[in-house]
Amino acid sequence: MDNKPYVQFFDSGSASEHDLLGGKCASLVTMTAAGMPVPPGFAVTTAAYDAFVDAAGLRDEISAKLGTLDPDDLVAVDSVSAGIRDAICSRPVPDAVRSEVVAAYDAFQARFATEVPVAVRSSATAEDLPGASFAGQQDTYLWLIGLDSVLKHVRACWASLYTSRAILYRLKNAIPDEGLSMAVAVQKMVNSRVSGVAITMNPTNGDRSKIAIDASYGVGEMVVSGQVTPDNLLLDKVMLTVVSQTIGAKHAELVPDFGEGRLVEREVPPERRVVCSLSADEVTEVASMAKRAEKHYGCPQDVEWALDSDLPAGESLLLLQSRPETVHSGKAAPPAKSATPTTPGFSMAGITATLTNRKPS
Amino acid sequence: MTVTSSAMKSFPKPSALTVPPGAEGWEKLYPYNLVFQNLSGAEDEKFWFCDSQHWPTVFKPFETIGGEFAVKCLGQYNTRHLLIPPANGIEFKIHLGYLYMSPVPVPEAEIPARVPEFERRAGHYFQNWDTLLESWRTKVRATIDEMEALSFDALPEMVPFEDIVSGKAKDGSEKLMENYDRLIQLLYQNWQYHFEFLNLGYVAYLDFFGYCKELFPGIPDQSIAKMVQGVDMELFRPDDELKKLASLAVELGLQTAFEDTDDVAGTLERVGAREGGGQWVDAYTAAQDPWFNFTVGNGFYGHDKYWIEHQELPLGYIKDYIRRIDEGHQIMRPVDELVAERDRVIAEYRELVDGDNLALFDAKRGLAATAYPYVENHNFYIEHWTMGVFWRKVRALGQVFADAGFWPHRDDMLYLTRGEVRDAIFDLVTGWAVGSEATGPHYWPAEIDRRRGIVEALSSARPQPALNTPPAEITEPFTMMLYGITTEQVQQWLAGDESGADGVITGMAASPGVVEGIARVVHSADQLGEVQEGDILVATITAPSWGPIFGKIKATVTDIGGMMSHAAIVCREYGLPAVTGTGSGSTTIKSGQLVRVDGNTGRVEILKG
Repeated sequence: MDNKPYVQFFDSGSASEHDLLGGKCASLVTMTAAGMPVPPGFAVTTAAYDAFVDAAGLRDEISAKLGTLDPDDLVAVDSVSAGIRDAICSRPVPDAVRSEVVAAYDAFQARFATEVPVAVRSSATAEDLPGASFAGQQDTYLWLIGLDSVLKHVRACWASLYTSRAILYRLKNAIPDEGLSMAVAVQKMVNSRVSGVAITMNPTNGDRSKIAIDASYGVGEMVVSGQVTPDNLLLDKVMLTVVSQTIGAKHAELVPDFGEGRLVEREVPPERRVVCSLSADEVTEVASMAKRAEKHYGCPQDVEWALDSDLPAGESLLLLQSRPETVHSGKAAPPAKSATPTTPGFSMAGITATLTNRKPS
Repeated sequence: MTVTSSAMKSFPKPSALTVPPGAEGWEKLYPYNLVFQNLSGAEDEKFWFCDSQHWPTVFKPFETIGGEFAVKCLGQYNTRHLLIPPANGIEFKIHLGYLYMSPVPVPEAEIPARVPEFERRAGHYFQNWDTLLESWRTKVRATIDEMEALSFDALPEMVPFEDIVSGKAKDGSEKLMENYDRLIQLLYQNWQYHFEFLNLGYVAYLDFFGYCKELFPGIPDQSIAKMVQGVDMELFRPDDELKKLASLAVELGLQTAFEDTDDVAGTLERVGAREGGGQWVDAYTAAQDPWFNFTVGNGFYGHDKYWIEHQELPLGYIKDYIRRIDEGHQIMRPVDELVAERDRVIAEYRELVDGDNLALFDAKRGLAATAYPYVENHNFYIEHWTMGVFWRKVRALGQVFADAGFWPHRDDMLYLTRGEVRDAIFDLVTGWAVGSEATGPHYWPAEIDRRRGIVEALSSARPQPALNTPPAEITEPFTMMLYGITTEQVQQWLAGDESGADGVITGMAASPGVVEGIARVVHSADQLGEVQEGDILVATITAPSWGPIFGKIKATVTDIGGMMSHAAIVCREYGLPAVTGTGSGSTTIKSGQLVRVDGNTGRVEILKG
């Protein structure tokens, strides 16, 4: 345990170790390695949490407090939860851990012209346990600016292991606290210049030889929620060439207001509306990434992506989320004619049918 | 962006076209059956399109032979050999010097009856493709050899004494007549052979094409082409031979001997005198047969230059390849990469085909991959090799006439129809036999001048892309495949004047990629020397022998041709973007303009003029 790193960059090339990184960060590392660049950042590993808990003398303290707890006494649970979380947020972090996290944060920010806002998210090791979903209990903090704020929220993520709900859940499901740990993701907030979705099939007919891309300016929410008509492109998946393209109206875009730490809607000027929001190269990049995602996951994917203004051209495409395409997933892949006889060797009847535009009898 | 009118416009009627000044009486240049004779009736109604892909310039009377033999023989295989269910042949006429075609569909009611015969006949070919193709090569080669052996010599002052002794009792003039007739017959023979496999190659391709479009709606035509196209093709052999010779010259350190390649004899002498030069000259000589039977044109015109007779052309290309090797360029085609890319494309589409259809996909692709390469490879044997020998013999005969005072230059014979040549031979031998003057020298020089004037006048006008009212939809598969004549293409022609107005020209996305560069407009092979490294080649049409140019340029734009035109094939081979069949690229774009060629979408944009 002692030689485990306290931090690991998503793009460091190091292995994706679930116990060290937690589910979320492990997946971010895996995706980056598979050519599906997620927003850049680094993990504060479970080793960092463990070192902190040990140095702060919290391990025995926590297990003593939980050992006698009655799950039905909600007042007592709340009080124990508050005590533990307060301790996690206030006890000193060992210098070795702190200095590694600070160095990682500085190295991360050095990649950008000016300091960029980050998101801090918890990455638990237990989230993949079947039936033991922590959904909704993991914390995500957005638009954080500055080291102090980041460090504070890393602790907040650690502390989220001991919310009342989490304590109760483990007690009721008899999940031991032993070995419980938490990694934290520190990740760039995406500054979307253009964003959208890519589906690795033609969603109108299930043709799997196509990739459909919706793209619009700004953050993708307006595309996903249907508030703007995006540009729509259909590409051939093998050749990555555009088969058809419709320029959408794209009348508005959501862009981040860093000062306010929120998104604001603004109107897109007419001259930007009539051109495709993606250049030809960007179209190819988006389609290639969607294709890689499909190959990686082994089934058609619905990919959310964005082009980040803070990243250099050629590296600015980010994958925000990839999930299995569900609409056509149950159906037979291509809309092929099923009546076609399967003949070994060529079929003259088939050739005649092609020439005469008739189905073979 | 809005469509102003949905009403179907028409192309002009042939009878309504104006005859260019000086071309009056042009109809009489050509045999009666090649000219519209029924302009008050069907011929002024039927839809005709101009085949400027094969005949971009005005026919001299003798040159109609290529058009006649080619299109007639194409028809016979559809109509009489294979009974292609929906398609008979293609009617053809010459109007104002250019060739117009009208595909002949099979009446709907007659199609079913043709199906069993078609399947029996085409099935036989598909099942025995390799064996039949092997004997094709043998018989085509035999035709060429026989043609090569024909001679056209001046008649002797007197019949040789041994003929007197042997009682031969013939004066030799019959040889001139026989050889001429035999030359025409042999050419006709190889044109019959030409189409033996061609239509079937297209059928197999169309079959796979249609199946791919059904499996993967909207699949790019390029993908389908890539999956069946041969990589190591005979069509590329002549160019490959020059590259090998250039590499050998560099290996042997002979570069400086190639300084003045316009001086063919001198160059070969300089090379031969160097150490190792003998080895190079041997290799050069060996490559000539048959690979220098290669024309800078398309084989259909008497003025086409062939490498074998104009060795300054291949030597010039070799010189250029040598320069590029010395500059560190890789000149050989990346064959391994091309094969790998083709295999990737096939594998990725295969993965998308579900189990039941996979065997069919493989069978159709397999057949197309077997049959289709003929479509590209035959070109060397017929258009280049056969036609090269043919035109050389025609020139030899022309010289016999020139020596007898019929006309000043051997090529003047091209102003006679082939029927008139036959008559002129009898005129020639009669004068010679009688011991009087032949009539020709008193008739032909003035007549040829008159005809030359008409041909020049006709050449001053470009052909109409089509005549009369097009059908609402073009469905005939061969017309679409061979000529790229699709409903969209016809609509685009009709839109005609508007295209290019906004600096955008559209055509077929024939080879992928997007580049920007300086346009170089080339109207004939003679201008190829103007093409600079990194230019974008803009041409009416390209020819196989332009191969060496493709190593220099960044992209190609042509007026004429489809997915399987020469420019498309070569550009895919060289990994260059190509937009073909733009209709007006070479007249809209000017040399020196900065253009952007998008081979993915078929768009050419003039960025700066």
